[in-house]
Formats: sequence, C-alpha cells, structure tokens
Amino acid sequence: MTEAAVSVWQLRWRRLARDHVALAALAVLFTLYALCFSASWIEQWFGVTGIDTDLMSRFDPIDAQHWLGSDEAGRDEFTRLLRGGQVSLSIGLFAALGSSFVGTMIGATAGYFRGRIDMVLMRFTDFMLALPALPVLIILAALDLTKLGFSENFVRSGDAGYWRIVLIVTVLGWTTVARLVRAATLSLVEREFVLAARAQGASSWRVLWVHVLPNAVTPIIVATTLRMGGVILTESALSFLGVGIQPPSTSWGSMLTNAQELMASNPLLAVYPGAAILIAVIAINFVGDGLQSAFDPRADPH
Amino acid sequence: MGRFLASRLTGAGIVLLLKSFVIFALIGLMPGDPIDLMMNANPETTPEQMALLRAMYGLDLPITSRYWTWLTAAMHGDFGYSRIQHRPVLDIIIPALGNTLILTGAAFVISTILAVTLGTIAALKRGSWIDRIINLFAFAGISVPSFWLGLLMIYLFAVRLGWLPAGGMPRPEQGMGGMLAHLVMPVMTLVIVETGGLARYARAAMIEVLGQDYIRTARAKGLTDRRMLVRHALRNALIPVLTLVALQLGGLFSGAALTEAMFAWRGMGRLILEAILGNDYNLALVCLLFVTGTILIANIFADIAYTWLDPRISLGKRRR
Repeated sequence: MTEAAVSVWQLRWRRLARDHVALAALAVLFTLYALCFSASWIEQWFGVTGIDTDLMSRFDPIDAQHWLGSDEAGRDEFTRLLRGGQVSLSIGLFAALGSSFVGTMIGATAGYFRGRIDMVLMRFTDFMLALPALPVLIILAALDLTKLGFSENFVRSGDAGYWRIVLIVTVLGWTTVARLVRAATLSLVEREFVLAARAQGASSWRVLWVHVLPNAVTPIIVATTLRMGGVILTESALSFLGVGIQPPSTSWGSMLTNAQELMASNPLLAVYPGAAILIAVIAINFVGDGLQSAFDPRADPH
Repeated sequence: MGRFLASRLTGAGIVLLLKSFVIFALIGLMPGDPIDLMMNANPETTPEQMALLRAMYGLDLPITSRYWTWLTAAMHGDFGYSRIQHRPVLDIIIPALGNTLILTGAAFVISTILAVTLGTIAALKRGSWIDRIINLFAFAGISVPSFWLGLLMIYLFAVRLGWLPAGGMPRPEQGMGGMLAHLVMPVMTLVIVETGGLARYARAAMIEVLGQDYIRTARAKGLTDRRMLVRHALRNALIPVLTLVALQLGGLFSGAALTEAMFAWRGMGRLILEAILGNDYNLALVCLLFVTGTILIANIFADIAYTWLDPRISLGKRRR
C-alpha cells in the first residue's frame, strides 16, 4: 500500500503504454490520417496532382517526383492514394461514430426501461442483424433517391454520394453496440449507486447520462474502434462494385475498380490501394485489441 | 423441445414475412422499373403508352397492393420469372445453390479445422512467438479485403504463372481435376478471410477452459497432457466455437458474393449481386428471402446444438 493512488484512466493508459503492438498500430494509424489529410500540401511540395488528369504522363515510372508512378490518366498515384484515403478513412470514422451513437441510444433505452420497450427494441435489433448485409447495402446504395422526393441536383452531387454511404453503413451497423450497451445498462441499473441517485430524485435522463453510460464507456470505445475497420472494408467493397463513391470523387475501393482492368499490364496500380486498406484496417484492429486488453479489469494491475 | 421448436419457427416465419415486405419495398425504390427498361428497348414509346403499360402490369398501384399480389402468388408456390433470364426463378436458384454449397462447404470445413487447430496451439503456447505469428495471420485475414486478395491471386497464379484457371466454372468433361483446379483460388480466398476471426475465438475459448478448476484437477490426478487436452479442455472449448460455427451455417447458402464475383463462380452470392445490379427485381427478392430464411433456420439450429453440446443449458430458458 505504498503506491500512490491512480485513477482508473491512468491505470488503463499505463497498460496500453506497455502494449508495444497496440502503440505501434496507433502510430501507423495517426501517420496514415496525417498523411492523407495533408494531401494538398504534399501535392504542392512535389509539384504533382492526384486529381487532374495529364494524358502526356500516363503510367509514368516511379521516380523522385512520382513516388509510386502515375496511373492510367496521368494522375500521381501516391497523392491520389492520399486523396482516396481522405474519403475511406473519414467515412470509417464518421460511420463508426454514427453506429456507436445510434447503438448506444437504442441499447441504453432498452436496458434502462426494460419490459415492452426492451422487447420491441431487441426484436428490431435481431431483425436488423439477420438481414443479409452486403446485398441490402448494395440495394440501399443504389436506391433512386428522387423516388423519395430528393431533387435531381442534390442526388447527383458528390456530397450526397459521400453521406449516403456514411448513413447506410450506420443504419446497418449499430446492432453490436446496442447489444453491448443494453447488457451493461441492465446490470448497472441494479447497482446501489443508481438506486441512491434515484432515491435523491434524479431523472431517468440524468441517471443514464451521469451514472450508467460513463460506466459502460469502455466496451463502446472498443466496439467503435473495431467497427471503423469493418466500415472501411464495407466501403471499399461497395465502391469496388461501383455503387459506393462515384467519380470524380475517389476512395481506395474505387481505385481498385479501375486498376482491376489494367491488372495484366500494370499490376502495381492494383497493389497500392489494397495494401493501403489492409494496413489501415489491420492497424485499427490491433489498436482495438490493445484497448480491449487495457480496459479489461481482470488483467493484472501492473 | 416440440414447443420450443414450434414457437421459434413461428417467430422466424413472422420475421421472414416482415423482411419480404421491407425488401420488396426497398427494391421498388431502386432506379428504373420494367416499363423504363421496355422504353429503352423501343425509344418511340409515347408517354401515354407507357402509362397504359404501367396500368396493365399494375405498376401504378400502391406498394402494399403490389406486395399482396406477389405474396398470394408466392404462397401458392409461384415465385415468378426472372426478367433477364426469362426462366422461372426457382430453375435459376437451384443450380446456383448447388455451386455455392460446393464452394462454401469446402471453405467452411477447411477453415473450421484450421481455426480450431491454430487456436488450440496459440492458447497452449500463449505469449510465445508462435502465438504471436498465429495472431498476426489471424488479424491479417480479418483485415484483408477479399476481392483484393482474389485479384492478387488471379494475377499471380493465373496471369503470371498460368497454373490455375482465372475463374469460371469447370466444364463437365474436365472431371474432378477441373473442378479442383477451379476451386483452389476461391476456396483459398474464403479460408484466409474466414479462419482469422474463428481462430481468435477458439484461442480465447481454450484459454478460458485451461484456467478452470477441473483442468487443474485433471492435471493433479496425473493425466497426460494429451489426454487432458482432448478429454477435458478441447471438448469444453469446442462448445462456444461450434455454436459460432453453427450460426455461420446459414451463410453457406448465401454464398460469398465478392469471392464468387471475382472468380466468376456461378453461385448464390454472384446471382444476388447480378440480380440487384441488373435490376432483376423478382430474382433478387426471392434470392434474398431464401438466404434470410436459411440464416433464421441456422440460428434455431445453433440454439439446439448449443443445448445438445452443453447439457447445463435448457431450451426455452436461455436468454439472448
């Protein structure tokens, strides 16, 4: 009992700091995000562009200016990868956060109010869970939004294409978090401190917000992290099939669609975007795994 | 048991009915309808003729009455025709189902055996370099986009080395060798993608079991490691693993859409993709319902398997 008292978050951070694999993965992930979101500066630095086509320099070899050569339309492959990464990585972040938010709301409501509300919400969760995910995603991605009353101009804009993917991946992705949060809430509302809060006249909202959710936050963080990897894989598959991100916008998945046709002559163009997806997702999964062990109270405290 | 099965089957039936409506409505919102497609074939069609055709086919009716017409026909065993292939839907689904079962079945058996083996080794050698390597491979499998893996394999084994066919179905006269040659790459892709998660799950289950008191008892009474492993540890660790495996059985019928598409394997997954992307509404709808139905049945089967493997749990009382 000579050790100074440490908060639970300090303890968790110390455990994570000893997990070299998770730290390395975290560093890789930060580097990827930083690189992708400074794409325009990098383009200026090298005097190249990942957006504008230049038919005089198609399939340029790798050199000091074009680190990964150039693609079939003369765009610099390296900065184009970074541009695609902006879309893929940000969709991963937004859709994972969106899924967690929806899942937390639904799970907490079901676990706190129980009874009929719980039954209806959980049946709904089961219903969503048993949908064949990829086909339904493709249908949702291909829906004709003008039939729902949106204007033609809006539907054709790049922003609509981007947020549509975020939205549909969120709509189908909240079930895991909902179940986790429901289970945590069910056990937490039985505890004395919740009873004490109720006895003091705290509202349901306050009990949930101040007493229940902060104690359920670690599984939510882990699930959100792991979900990011899943979202990036899903987005790449949809874009690869031609129903995701549409040109002129680009993502790692849509870059692979073009590269597939040039496989025989320029195989490297198909290697880069896939390798980028693999590196990003594997780093995310290692971070998620590291967080899970760091948050596990059964792990040894030292 | 009978009552449990009856209530679960009724529940699954209701879910299936709800899903059929949701999917029907969603497909109705996809771009174009059959009349648009007819007009593409004959640009001289006037708007009046199109309206007439829509009324003739009932496409001007509200979604609920169109759904009701479809449902009553389906209840009488009439699932309609494919718009593109001009054949009854069931005639198309059944051969695709056979192809899918060959592919997913092979991948399923191999990846389950591989995952349990790797998971057990990793758990027994916990913390060693072999555990780390297995973990790394598991993570790589979970994280790799399957279509990219397929793309690389096609380039390496078909384009560069010429060892294997790039895709497609074997012709009947090619016999067993042709079948195997066509199966190698898609099965490898599926195994790599599916083994990772299951191996990690098996490892966790095994570690949990190895920490139990009865394992210490078995060790203390002097059982050999091998006997302890097989009789006590593996048997108990397999319960959660097999439950997960049973849950994945439903996926066998839905096929592996991306992998089948990459290797031009004529299975259910590819059929569903083609039907959706090609506006073949009725085919897409029936395929999706069939797939959902098999998933629901597999879930019931998994619940039964769970109680059969672990007698401590009784049917009906188990909460999800």
